[in-house]
Amino acid sequence: MKALVFERNIARFAASRVASVFGSGRGAGIGPLQLLDATAPELPAEDWFRLRPLLSGICGSDLATLDGRSSRYFEDMVSFPFVPGHEVVGVLDDGGLDHAGRRLEPGTRAVIEPVLGCAPRHILPPCPQCSQGHTGLCGNIAFGALEPGLQTGFCTDTGGGWSTAPLVAHRSQLHAVPDALSDEDAVIVEPTACAVHAVLSAGIAPDDLVAVLGAGTLGLATVAALDRISRPDTGCTVMVGAKHPHQRELAATLGADTVVSPDQLARAIRRQAGSLVLAGRLTGGADVVFDCVGSSESLAQALSMVRPRGKVVLVGMPGKVAVDLAPLWHRELTLVGAYAYGDERPTSGTTPRRTFELALEVVADAGLGSLVSAAYPLERYEEAIAHAGAAGRRGAVKVVFDLRKPKGSIR
Amino acid sequence: MSPRPGFVLDVDRSTPPTLFWHGERFSLEKLPEGSRVIYAPEPIDPLKDPSAAIRAALTHPVGDQDPLPEQLRPGMQLTIAFDDISLPLPPMERPDIRQLVIEQVLDMAAEAGVDDVALIVALALHRRMTEPELRHALGDRIYDAFAPNGLLTQHDAEDPDALVHLGQTEEGEDVEINKRAAESDLLVYVNINLVAMDGGHKSVATGLSSYKSLRHHHNPQTMQQSRSFMDQHRSELHSSNWRMGRLIAESGVKVFQIETTLNNDTFPTAFKFLQKREWEWKAKDRLGYLAASKALDRTPPRYARQIFHSVKAPHRMTSVQAGEVEAVHKLTTDNVWAQQGVVVEGQTDILTMGLPYISPYNVNSVLNPILVACLGLGYLFNMYRGKPLVREGGVLIMTHPTPWEFNPVHHPSYIDFFEQVLSQTTDPIEVADRFEESFATDPWYIHLYRTGHAYHGVHPFYMWYWCAHALQHLGAVIIVGGDPAAVHRLGFRAASTLADALEMAADVVGPSPSLTHLHAPPILMADVQ
Repeated sequence: MKALVFERNIARFAASRVASVFGSGRGAGIGPLQLLDATAPELPAEDWFRLRPLLSGICGSDLATLDGRSSRYFEDMVSFPFVPGHEVVGVLDDGGLDHAGRRLEPGTRAVIEPVLGCAPRHILPPCPQCSQGHTGLCGNIAFGALEPGLQTGFCTDTGGGWSTAPLVAHRSQLHAVPDALSDEDAVIVEPTACAVHAVLSAGIAPDDLVAVLGAGTLGLATVAALDRISRPDTGCTVMVGAKHPHQRELAATLGADTVVSPDQLARAIRRQAGSLVLAGRLTGGADVVFDCVGSSESLAQALSMVRPRGKVVLVGMPGKVAVDLAPLWHRELTLVGAYAYGDERPTSGTTPRRTFELALEVVADAGLGSLVSAAYPLERYEEAIAHAGAAGRRGAVKVVFDLRKPKGSIR
Repeated sequence: MSPRPGFVLDVDRSTPPTLFWHGERFSLEKLPEGSRVIYAPEPIDPLKDPSAAIRAALTHPVGDQDPLPEQLRPGMQLTIAFDDISLPLPPMERPDIRQLVIEQVLDMAAEAGVDDVALIVALALHRRMTEPELRHALGDRIYDAFAPNGLLTQHDAEDPDALVHLGQTEEGEDVEINKRAAESDLLVYVNINLVAMDGGHKSVATGLSSYKSLRHHHNPQTMQQSRSFMDQHRSELHSSNWRMGRLIAESGVKVFQIETTLNNDTFPTAFKFLQKREWEWKAKDRLGYLAASKALDRTPPRYARQIFHSVKAPHRMTSVQAGEVEAVHKLTTDNVWAQQGVVVEGQTDILTMGLPYISPYNVNSVLNPILVACLGLGYLFNMYRGKPLVREGGVLIMTHPTPWEFNPVHHPSYIDFFEQVLSQTTDPIEVADRFEESFATDPWYIHLYRTGHAYHGVHPFYMWYWCAHALQHLGAVIIVGGDPAAVHRLGFRAASTLADALEMAADVVGPSPSLTHLHAPPILMADVQ
């Protein structure tokens, strides 16, 4: 069995960073990632399962890590060496009870909710955030029974999805995959859960004008979540700035009302909102802007197109950004992050549901498995990562590792 | 030697290549044998003494009008409205006709002791003119006498306090025009009638009106029923304007109409070859062509644009008539036809035209893709009387670079129209139904129109409606040498060479099609028999 292992190696890390100047993912072959023989990690406790990955996605945060572009903020939240891969659908080697007490048989397909919060770390009592179901905000991600790691795929104890060897997952992390969903659908559930969480945390109000900047996996999943979760209750209008033609087509298919290129989005919002323009920004604008890119440019653009007292939601993982916050101050804007998942209340007064449960429904309804554009065997990880780094330009959305066969498959 | 009339050349083996405009460039294209090329008449002789002619027109008006001096008296309110930057094309060398006419009107007003005189640029929903443009049109003396005192204003179709609703025509058309003009004791309107469409009741009913009025005739249905809008008697656009004009007169607004015509001496000496027939080019013309085309090939488009927009045309006045609107306009139309009319026998399968750098709506600006469409399908296609030059289902081939480029100051709503409207539909009726009102009432466009130099938010719609008749009539539109993305956004086909375009056209009209090239500018009107 093989796994891609990310080791702490300053020289390789520096080489990868230099190579990434020529394009995201270009340094995979010379960076800290290596294909090594692997075995399954030890089960940390009885309530853990072995999960044999079937498909595992390459996420923007993975690329940022490989490129050396991740914020140093995360340095103490990972443990080395680790096997990346937190977008995973796999099959269980073991049986047992899941987080809700439901029986999971060996051979069950499951996706993992990768956050390693208080429950997997066997920390009692759980931190205030975990006790309220906000596991993504757990304060103990570097403590307890596991080595530091904010998620599976960044923790040396758990393994990760980029492996033909099983990873280990706590029962609180597991969600069985309905038979109706394909493996491709299932591997999109994790990013969709991020999008669902972002959408629900934004507090979309009736008739809101909502803008989505960026139409990679997260942006498109956000559009799907807006269409299926927010729109039925609010009638919100969804406008998307998508750079590439295939992204524009997908955004429209998934429910966007208007799809334009990013440089046209401010003008389209201005028209929709009936806004004026002052100092290069809209005087009115969108009620909520989802920044699914996370760059200085996208954040500046988001701030320029949101209405006074509107909200900008950071969905894409940002690093260090330089942005003029004068409009945020002057226009009393709200800039919020939307990370991971937990318990959600889609409508007020309802019983909380796990974000992943909602994401499974969105994926099924929207057929988000179609976002999987290419699948590579582990052996071709350099190509896979380069493909993922240039996904938009190459007409792709989600690039995954196919771990179902020894040699994988290539689409 | 008297100027020669227009001419239709039958292309044979010995015919030299034909000049095609291509925006800020031009090329020579070999047309297939059997093609026809329509050349404009040569510039007719100008008035020998324009000032005397103007004075004669003002003192000997036509129709039911007294001489202008007799209509002027102390204590009266006099308003002089005049055509805006869209006329003439290219802008003419100084002195501009507007200056010549208005100076004499002002002299007469001064002689009569009229103190309350105001000048208004009749720009309807066009952009406001800049100070240099106004100085060019009026001369420094008039500008300096009126502008600093606020007596030279630009019509504001979005100022409710400066508009008055005069009523509705028998067809239910609202007539809302400039209040100062309507309430003056006399409104003198000074026209430059570059083409047959200009002038008549359209001057006041369009030039000094608001969106509320304009929407009744600036719409796809009217344009589709105007065959063409260069032929007043078959133009629903004009019928509507005439109804409005008569209502304006019945409302008590007294209009003293002054209309002027120009010869088609369009280009200065260095570019004279552009208005000559190629087989008559002399060594100087060939050298001029070579020097200009080589230099332009090496010049970045924006600099080439600046060069061309600095060109002032040596147009000269060929007639001036004044008095009652309809009587004046009949004479004017005859004079326009005398300069521009060319008899053409029968229609063609394929009509080709080279589009120049300028149209009425991009003076000192870029000819953006919407204006490319409007110039070709709106204006040049409609330069006919009788029936269109190209048969129904035929193909129009235009040469122009059609850059995806807009002037954000002049054409802000055009950008959004191109990005947000044409990306969804190019059907003029659907465009109107779904999008027009929201653009027309957009507060940002209104702000830019009123305070900057922007065309009104609804203006790109009008440009598209201008194309409605051609879009309904043609089997295909091909642009040679255009930006493919921009061309496709317009709903047209892109070809890299004229030969490719002719092959593509043959797929639409069949093999061995007839071909006619409209050799304009200079402007010509085809009288298709």
